[in-house]
Amino acid sequence: MSIWINEETKVLVQGITGSQGTFHGTRMVEYGTDIVGGVTPGKGGQIVELPGRSVPVFDTMSEAISSTGAEASVIYVPARFAAPAIIEAADSFYELNGGGLIVCITEGIPTLDMMKVVSHLEKRQGVRLIGPNCPGIISPSDEGGCKIGIMPGYIHAKGRIGIISKSGTLTYEAVAQTMSVGEGQTTCVGIGGDPVNGTGFIDCLEAFQKDPDTKAVVIIGEIGGTAEEEAAEWSKDNFSKPIVGFVAGATAPPGKRMGHAGAIISGGKGTAEEKFAAFEDAGIHIARDPSKIGEALVSALVEAGLRES
Amino acid sequence: MNIHEYQAKAMFRESGVLVQQGFHCTTVDQALSAYDSLGSDVVAVKSQIHAGGRGKGDLFCPDSGDLVMQGGVKVALSRDEVRDFASNILGHRLVTKQTGPSGKMVSNLYVEAGCDIAHEYYLALLVDRERDSILIMGSTEGGVDIEEVAETSPEAIHKAWFDPSEGLDEEVAGALASSLGLSEASHRSFLEMIGNLSSLFVEKDCSMIEINPLVRTGEGSMVALDAKVSFDDNAAFRHPWWDDLRDISEESDVEVRAHEHSLSYVDLEGNIGCLVNGAGLAMATMDVIKLYGGEPANFLDIGGGADSESIIAAFGIILEDPRLEGILVNIFGGIIRCDMVARSIIEASEETGLQIPLVVRFSGTNHEEGRKVLEDSDLDVITVSTLGDAGEAIVNTIGGGSS
Repeated sequence: MSIWINEETKVLVQGITGSQGTFHGTRMVEYGTDIVGGVTPGKGGQIVELPGRSVPVFDTMSEAISSTGAEASVIYVPARFAAPAIIEAADSFYELNGGGLIVCITEGIPTLDMMKVVSHLEKRQGVRLIGPNCPGIISPSDEGGCKIGIMPGYIHAKGRIGIISKSGTLTYEAVAQTMSVGEGQTTCVGIGGDPVNGTGFIDCLEAFQKDPDTKAVVIIGEIGGTAEEEAAEWSKDNFSKPIVGFVAGATAPPGKRMGHAGAIISGGKGTAEEKFAAFEDAGIHIARDPSKIGEALVSALVEAGLRES
Repeated sequence: MNIHEYQAKAMFRESGVLVQQGFHCTTVDQALSAYDSLGSDVVAVKSQIHAGGRGKGDLFCPDSGDLVMQGGVKVALSRDEVRDFASNILGHRLVTKQTGPSGKMVSNLYVEAGCDIAHEYYLALLVDRERDSILIMGSTEGGVDIEEVAETSPEAIHKAWFDPSEGLDEEVAGALASSLGLSEASHRSFLEMIGNLSSLFVEKDCSMIEINPLVRTGEGSMVALDAKVSFDDNAAFRHPWWDDLRDISEESDVEVRAHEHSLSYVDLEGNIGCLVNGAGLAMATMDVIKLYGGEPANFLDIGGGADSESIIAAFGIILEDPRLEGILVNIFGGIIRCDMVARSIIEASEETGLQIPLVVRFSGTNHEEGRKVLEDSDLDVITVSTLGDAGEAIVNTIGGGSS
C-alpha cells in the first residue's frame, strides 16, 4: 500500500506541450505512471506521443477530467501561470470528482499568489495540493510504480518506509540511504521549501499513520518556519510509528536565504537547533549527521522490534 | 529585494501613508538646498543603506579606517550642522550591527523635516507562513529593537492577520488600533494608514514593510518616520518598475554574478568551497563538512537546470575566495547527469588552473560514468560515493578544519 497514489492513479500533465511537461511526462510513463492526458490552453485536440502511448491534449482541466477520468494532475507551467493552473485544477476536480490530487513542481511562484491558492483550497475540501517547488510524490510498486514529479524513479524500491521532505535532492539522498540499509519505501512526498505551500508534514504523518504498510517514517526538514516543531508536537499524541528526523542548515548563518525561499533564519527563529530539540522532545530518532540517516533508521527499527540489526 | 528608505517613503506618499517632507540627496550641496527648501528648524539627516541599526551605527573613513562620526542618522538644528553631518556621512562606510564589520559605503542621503513626536510605536506587515496569511504586528514600544521588545515585554506586541484575497477587515484593524491605545484622531489616522499599507503590501508584492518608529504627533496624526520595504523576488515579472529601484551597489558583487548564471550562492567564513545541486543537499553538505571538523566557505546550489556553462561559472566564483583550501563537489544526479558534471569539472579546472584539492561525490543518474570520466582524466581528484565519505575526505585532505 501507499498513501494518496498508486499504480492505478490516472494522471494529467498541466503544461504537457512545454519542454518540461513532455520531458517529465515521458519519464513518468517509463516509470509506470498512468498518464492519461494533458492540458495546454489553446492546444486542445493535439496528441502528445509518450513511450507506448499517444495522449490527448485538452484546453481546460474540466474537459480533460471528464474525458479521461483523471484523479490527479501534475503542473509544469511557468511560475506566472502556476497559481491560476492550481486553482483551475482544484475547481475542476472538486466539481467533477469531489476531490483530487494536484502536484505542483513549478519553482518561483509569488508568495501572495500561493496565499490566495491556499485560501481558495480551504473551500475545496477533498482537493490536495503537494508543493509547489517540490520534486513531487512517488509510490514504488513491485515493478515500477506511480511517480508524479521529477525525481529519478530508479533509486526507489517498494518497501515499508514513508519519507517526507522539504528538499529535492536531499530527499534522493535520504532514499539512497534507506536503500543502502536494505529498506524500501511506501511513498515519498516532497512537500517543497516555499514559505506558503499545500500539504505539510502533519498531513503526511496522518496519512502514514493510517497506512498499514508504512512501518516507520523519515522526516527531512530545513531551517525556517516552525513546521518541523509543529509536526513533532503533533506526533506525540497522534503518531505511533517510529520517526527519524534530520534538519538541514545547522551551519547556516541567520538572515541569509539558503536557496529555498523558506530556508532562512529570521529573528532568531527557525534554527536547526530548535527543530532538533523539538524532535528529541517528541521521541523522534534524530540524525544530526545527514550521512547517517540510514543508520538512524536502522536503530529506530531495531528499537521498535521491526528489525534484528 | 530591498529598497532604500527614501524610495519606500515615495511609495508611501503615493499610497496615502503619511510621511514627513524630505529630499533624496547624493551631495552635500543637495543636502543644503534640501534644508533650505524644507524651511524646518529641525531636520533629520539620514544615511541610506539597506541594513538596519543605522542610528546606532558608526561611520568610518574608507581609506584610513578612522572613525568619522557616531550615528548614521542625525538630527540637525542648523544649516552648518546639516553640512557637517552630510560630509561625515557621504563617501564613508557605515558599520551597523547588521552590516558586518566592513560596513557599507553610503552614497545616498535623505534629508527630512523634523516631526513633533508625542509617542513612538512600531508597525510591521509580513508574511506569516504558519497561518498562510499576512501578519500585522504593532507595538507601543517604538524606536527600539523589536526583537528585544519581543524578549523583554512580549505583552507590548499586538498582532492581527488578513487574507490578501479578502483584504484587511475594518474591525480587525480597529481592534489593533485600540490595543495600541489609540483613540479619536490618532485612531482614525491609524485606520487610514493601515488600510493603505495593506493595499500597498498586496498590490506591490511586498514581503515585508517595517516602520520603526511610527509616530503619533501632538495633533494625533500617525506618521511613518522610518520605512523599510522588501519585495518578493518571485513577483518581479509583475513589476518591471522595480528595476529602477534596484541599487546594485547594495548587493554583493559575487552574489549578483552567481544569480546571472542561475546559481544560488551565499558567502561564508570557512575554507572549503562547496558545489552542490539542490538547496537542501547544499545545506546538508555544509553540515557534514562542519561535523567532520571543517568549515564551509560558501553555500552554492547550481539548481536543477545547470549546464556545463553554469558549472564552469560556479567554479570560477568559488575560486575567487582567497581563503579557499579545497573544494567539495556533491551531486545527486536526477535530471542532471553526473557524466555531464564530470566533463564540466575537467573543463573548469583547466580553465581556472585549479591548484587546490578537489573531492567529488557522485550519486544518482550516470554516477558510474561520471566517476569514470574523472578517473580517466589527468585531473588530481578524489572520488567518493557517499555523503559521509565526501565530508571526511575533504576535511582530511586539507589537513583538518580551518583555524
